[in-house]
Amino acid sequence: MAFLSFLDRSHTVAKPGFSRWMVPPAALCVHLCIGQAYALSVFNLPMTKLIGISQSAPGDWKLTELGWIFSIAMVFLGCSAAVFGRWVEEGGPRKAMFTAGCLWAGGFFLSALGVYTHTLWLIYLGYGVFGGCALGIGYISPVSTLIKWFPDRPGMATGMAIMGFGGGAFIASPLSVWLMSKFHTATHVGVMETFMVMGAIYFCFMMVGAAIVRVPAPGWKPEGYVAPAVSKKLITRNDVYVYDALKTPQFWLIWWVLCLNVTAGIGVLGQASAMSQEMFPGVITPIAAAGLVGLMSLFNMGGRFAWASLSDYIGRRNTYFCFFIIGFVLYITVPYAGGSGNVALFAFCFCIIISMYGGSFSTVPAYLKDMFGVRYVGAIHGMLLTAWSAAGIFGPVLVNYIREYNVTHGVPKAQAYNTTMYIMAGLLVLGLICNFLVKAVDKRYHMKEESDEALASVAAAARA
Amino acid sequence: MQSNQQGTTTLQLVLAWGFVGIPLVLGVVQTLINAMKLFQH
Repeated sequence: MAFLSFLDRSHTVAKPGFSRWMVPPAALCVHLCIGQAYALSVFNLPMTKLIGISQSAPGDWKLTELGWIFSIAMVFLGCSAAVFGRWVEEGGPRKAMFTAGCLWAGGFFLSALGVYTHTLWLIYLGYGVFGGCALGIGYISPVSTLIKWFPDRPGMATGMAIMGFGGGAFIASPLSVWLMSKFHTATHVGVMETFMVMGAIYFCFMMVGAAIVRVPAPGWKPEGYVAPAVSKKLITRNDVYVYDALKTPQFWLIWWVLCLNVTAGIGVLGQASAMSQEMFPGVITPIAAAGLVGLMSLFNMGGRFAWASLSDYIGRRNTYFCFFIIGFVLYITVPYAGGSGNVALFAFCFCIIISMYGGSFSTVPAYLKDMFGVRYVGAIHGMLLTAWSAAGIFGPVLVNYIREYNVTHGVPKAQAYNTTMYIMAGLLVLGLICNFLVKAVDKRYHMKEESDEALASVAAAARA
Repeated sequence: MQSNQQGTTTLQLVLAWGFVGIPLVLGVVQTLINAMKLFQH
């Protein structure tokens, strides 16, 4: 059991001389791996040919059945982040990263068994349930640690980690395709072996992250850093207990701020390829549309770092004001770009919209820290991620159903998305109002100071 | 080798950042090459 104590928070307290710049790579080790979820679709077509090999045969799985794998994983992401948030916060980042690594790799191995035995529920259980829990626990595991290491730049620090989640697909997508090509034979498509190898690689990668992560010693501050003498109106120095945060209007306003911004972005992200081809028939080919999706993914990743870093200078609430005001202008510009056949303007609008979609994810941990303090920010962040799950349902449904309604009522395909764009712009106005209503948390929700004895025991463990 | 007391060395920092940075940069370059097809018509 000695090994398990290595995972405890008390064993991760940094000794003097430890560089805080070791912590972002530790966080990236986890987020780059779990970001693979965005590239899961590369397995969709091969998994519809597990029996037929060259083409789907009777008994092969259908795309609609496979689509549930991602949906289950997203549901368990939100649920596990909300349920295990407090455990992650109190157990420390190493224990959480280790658990996420075991679940993530275990999910891949179980899915490989599911492919081998052609049993779909094993993949639902493996990637969907185990993988989904790994996504939730892994996603929130480094958040509060990074905020504690970078009190001078909390937005930039969490932006770096959450950028990794957006960038994970860039590694996973070509790696998956390459591995499947290596394992592909005349008798099977190579998905099982690819799952096994990827599970092993991800396990090693995430264990490196768990090994190098450290929490700062109590009272540690960056060299030369002096906390502002006068606290700002929307940045608290007090902590709010995780379940008390749920009782505040601020939590639910930020929940809607995130949900509305992500709803607008996720609808576009999921349908960008089809939408661009239908709005510019004959101009944007399927290959060019795939290029646009790749470009948008880069902006999704870059926006996570850039917007969160900017929020350190202009404030979180102002950053969200930018998302809602700029987003509103861009959404109502898209129909004009489509009508005038301006591909560059269309691509520009979508790329900036997606950068703000990514930015809303990476800025929100620092926003929560400003509102509720550092102590339980990871757990509160976990509960806020249910807004992501809700947006994952609202966004695609809005885009798909309104397009379908328009097409069946005689609207040309090139203009079928115009109404959706105006509705998205309307959602952003609602988000703007919610953000405007966010004020400082009432003092009655603040926690009392922790006992000096508790702090002293952690400091003693650090010196040991 | 530069060191912070008995703590982190520059080599450790380079290794840690390289471990996550190199695969990420390779993936980004690959994606950028594919994205350029959008403007080749």
